[in-house]
Amino acid sequence: MALELRSVTKRVGGVLHIKETSLTLETGHFNVLLGATGSGKTSLIKLMAGLDPIASGALLMDGQDVTRLSTQKRNISLVHQFFINYPHMTVYDNIASPLKVAGMAKSELDDRVQDAAKIMQLTPMLHRRPHELSGGQQQRTALARAIAKESRAVFLDEPLANLDYKLREELRDQLPDLFAGRGAVVVYATSEPEEALLLGGKTALMQNGRVTQFGPTADIYRNPENVAAARVFSDPPINTATITKQGHEARLGTDVSWTLEGAAAGLADGNYTIAIRPHHVVPVAKAAGLVKLNGRVQVTELSGSESSAHFDLSQSGAASSWVSLSHGVHPYKVGELHDFYMDPRAAYVFAPDGSRVA
Amino acid sequence: MKTENQKAWFFVLPVLLLVAFNALIPMMTVVNYSVQETFGDNVFFWQGLDWFQQILRSDRFHAALGRQFLFTFLILIIEVPLGIAIALSMPRQGIWVPVCLVLMALPMLIPWNVVGAMWNIFTLPDIGLLGYTLNHVLGLNYDMTQDPIAAWVTIVTMDVWHWTSLVVLLSYAGLVSIPDAYYQAAKIDGASNWSVFRYIQLPKMKTVLTIAILLRFMDSFNIYTEPFVLTGGGPGNSTTLLSIDLVKIALGQFDLGPAAAMSLIYFAITLLVSWLFYTLMTKDDQN
Repeated sequence: MALELRSVTKRVGGVLHIKETSLTLETGHFNVLLGATGSGKTSLIKLMAGLDPIASGALLMDGQDVTRLSTQKRNISLVHQFFINYPHMTVYDNIASPLKVAGMAKSELDDRVQDAAKIMQLTPMLHRRPHELSGGQQQRTALARAIAKESRAVFLDEPLANLDYKLREELRDQLPDLFAGRGAVVVYATSEPEEALLLGGKTALMQNGRVTQFGPTADIYRNPENVAAARVFSDPPINTATITKQGHEARLGTDVSWTLEGAAAGLADGNYTIAIRPHHVVPVAKAAGLVKLNGRVQVTELSGSESSAHFDLSQSGAASSWVSLSHGVHPYKVGELHDFYMDPRAAYVFAPDGSRVA
Repeated sequence: MKTENQKAWFFVLPVLLLVAFNALIPMMTVVNYSVQETFGDNVFFWQGLDWFQQILRSDRFHAALGRQFLFTFLILIIEVPLGIAIALSMPRQGIWVPVCLVLMALPMLIPWNVVGAMWNIFTLPDIGLLGYTLNHVLGLNYDMTQDPIAAWVTIVTMDVWHWTSLVVLLSYAGLVSIPDAYYQAAKIDGASNWSVFRYIQLPKMKTVLTIAILLRFMDSFNIYTEPFVLTGGGPGNSTTLLSIDLVKIALGQFDLGPAAAMSLIYFAITLLVSWLFYTLMTKDDQN
C-alpha cells in the first residue's frame, strides 16, 4: 500500500492553504507530519482523507487515482486530536461501527472488536457510553476503532495532544507496534519534534502549507536542508546567528571568532547563518576546540536531569538570544554574565537564502 | 440549632394567590359542577359520579374521542416526518438561512381564528382559490360543507400548513448543534446517508423531537379554534372533535354537569398520554 500525492494543492476562498505538495507515503513505518500549529498538517490530512476537495493535482492509492473518490469509499481511518466517538453508542458499538457499515459477519466483527478492545485495555468498559469514560479512555476507544477496521490508510491527527503526560508516553510507545504489519499507510501529525524522533519512520516537515523536507526522521534531524527545517525540528528552539566568513575565520558579532573546518572552510567569503542545537552550547568546556561565548542569563529552567539557560549574546556584540541545554544541575543566576561554550563542528551553516551549505 | 422563621410564606403567598385565582379555583369549580346537577338560582343537587358514568358510556363521547385520536394521529404521522425532512433539506449556512427561518415561522404567527377564516375562504367552491381550482379547473367534486372526507382532508391540511413549521424549527435547532466532526467520522466509517441520519442526526434530534411531538400532541388534541371556524364540526358531526363537542354540551345545551365531567375526562386523557409518551421517550436516558 502506498499513498502518493502528486502536485496537490488546496484552496480556501481563493487562498492557497496547501501549496503544491508531492509526497509518497508508504506502509511499514510511521509517516510523521511535523510542523507548528497552523502549518497545514490537518489540512493535508483532510485532503488525503477526502474530507476537503483537492484544488489541483492528484492523489493515488496503490497507483489508483482516488482524487475524486468519496471518503466513504476510500476505506480509511482517522483519529482526531479531540475524542470523537458517537455519544449515544456504547464503546463496543463505537468500535464496531465501521465494521457494521461494511457489513461484516457477526462472529468476525465480535472477534475484531474484542481484539482491539484488549489491545487498548478497554475490555471492562465495552458497555459504557463515551461520556462515562475519561479522556484517555475515550481516545483509546477512537484508536480501537481505527485498529479494528482494516483500512488502507490510518490518519492520526495529533491523537495524543489532549492526553495527560503519562498516558501520552504510554500510548506513544504502543502506537508503532499497533500498526506494525497491518499493511496500512500510517500518517501521524504532531507539533512535537520529540514525538517524531520517538516514533521513527519518515518525517515530512511542514511550514506554511508546504512540505519543506521529507525523509527518514533521523536523517532530517541530522541533516536539515534549510534553516526552516532546522528550526522546526528542535525543542527548545535551535540557536541561530549571522556570522561573517573571511578566509578560514568565522566571526560572530564583534568579539567571537573561530577557525572554520571541513566544508564550511571552503565557502566563499561573506555572511552566513549558523544554527546550533542547544545541547551543543554548554556552560562548562569539557572538550577541546570549543568557542567561548559570554552572555547575560535571562531565563533558566531546570527539568530534572537537564538545565537550560536562555542568554543574551549582546555582550559579545551579536544581536541574538541563545539557549544552552546541559546535563546535570547548573546554578545560573538570572541577570549574571556567564560563559558558554559552543561546538562549531556541530553547527549547520546556511546561505542567506536559507539553504544549507555546510 | 434550626432557625424557626415563617417569613418564607409571605414570599410564596402572591404566587399562591395568583395560581389559586387563575387555575385552582376555576378547576375546583369544574370539579364541583361535575358531581352536581344545577338548576337556575344556584340550586344544586348532589349527583356523585353519575355524570362521569354517563359520559364514559355515551356513544357520542366515544365518537368524538375517536375522531379526536384520528385527527391527532394523522397530524403527527404527517407533520413529524415532513418537518424532519424539511429541516434536513434546509441550508446550514449562508444568506438563505434567515430567509428560510422567517418563511417557516410565518404560518405560526397568524392568529388561529384567522387561519380558520383564511382556509374557509380559500376552499369555497365558487370563489376560493383552492375550491375553485379543484372544482372548475381539475373537475373534482370538492365541497367540504357537503363531503365529510373533503372536510377531513381540509382540516388536516390546514393543521399541517399551520404547524409543521414548529417541528421544522425544533428539528433544525437539533441539527445545527451537531459538530462537523461527527459527520466526518461517519464519512470515514463509510456510512451511507441513511446511517448518518439514523445514527447521528436522529439521536441528536431526539430531545427536541420529543418536545416537538409532545407540543404537537397536546395542541392538536385540544384543538378548537381552527376547525370551529372552518367547519363548525360539520358536515353533520363528521369533524366534531372533543373540544367542539364539549363546547356544544356546555354552552349550547347548557348541561354544565356532564360538560364538567367531560372536561375532566378530557384533561385526564391528555395528561395521561403526554406522561406516557414522555416517560417512554426519556426512559433510555435515565438508565
